[in-house]
Amino acid sequence: MATLHTVNKSPFATGALLSCIAHAKDGDTVLMIEDGVYGASSGTNVSDALTARAGSVTLCVLGPDFAARGLATDRMLDGIKSVDYAGFVELAASNDRTQAWL
Amino acid sequence: MSEDIKKFLYVNRKAPYGTIYALESLEVVLIGAAFDQDVSLAFLDDGVFQLTKGQDTKEIGVKNFSPTFRALGDYEVTKLFVERESLDERGLSADDLQDIVWEDEDDDYAEKPSIRIISRAEMADIMADQDVILSF
Repeated sequence: MATLHTVNKSPFATGALLSCIAHAKDGDTVLMIEDGVYGASSGTNVSDALTARAGSVTLCVLGPDFAARGLATDRMLDGIKSVDYAGFVELAASNDRTQAWL
Repeated sequence: MSEDIKKFLYVNRKAPYGTIYALESLEVVLIGAAFDQDVSLAFLDDGVFQLTKGQDTKEIGVKNFSPTFRALGDYEVTKLFVERESLDERGLSADDLQDIVWEDEDDDYAEKPSIRIISRAEMADIMADQDVILSF
């Protein structure tokens, strides 16, 4: 029984990403979409919090949203998986529920 | 019928008047209450501000919907989970929240508290135990 969490806000604007990873259970997946993808870069003030959960929670970013914002792939935080739209659908279908962190 | 009952959790993470999320959530809860599901409400992050006592919106020209939370018991919505860490971070305690009760018809209509203060870890467990999560 696992949950797909989506986060669509920049972690520098709201606490949604940090709250999400504080509530996600081991085995869950966190997918950063829209402005949420700003959380996927390394060297930010949320990187450590994400890295701390990377072993127990699958961290993903929606590639098209990441690319759209000109974020450098080589600066993506280690352990984050990039998924495309089909991958998003796959995640939604393979988890028991989806929780949006607005 | 019982196999058709699903666990619904309404997650409230926004303060009440700056955006429409809180009011919309309450409206959906009231509408959803007609469907006889197992409903819980979660209040965390700025969502805990929705339940504070003493809200007075007379001079901002919007409806004070906070008394409506006290009517939820009549719709068999009796589980309002409030995260302790979110209260602490905002300098609030349970005493700052409205008294919200429901009448237990199986217990001589005794009034019982609807608000349950729980830890962040317990909140995570409740979220993981749902069939459907609606986020606001």
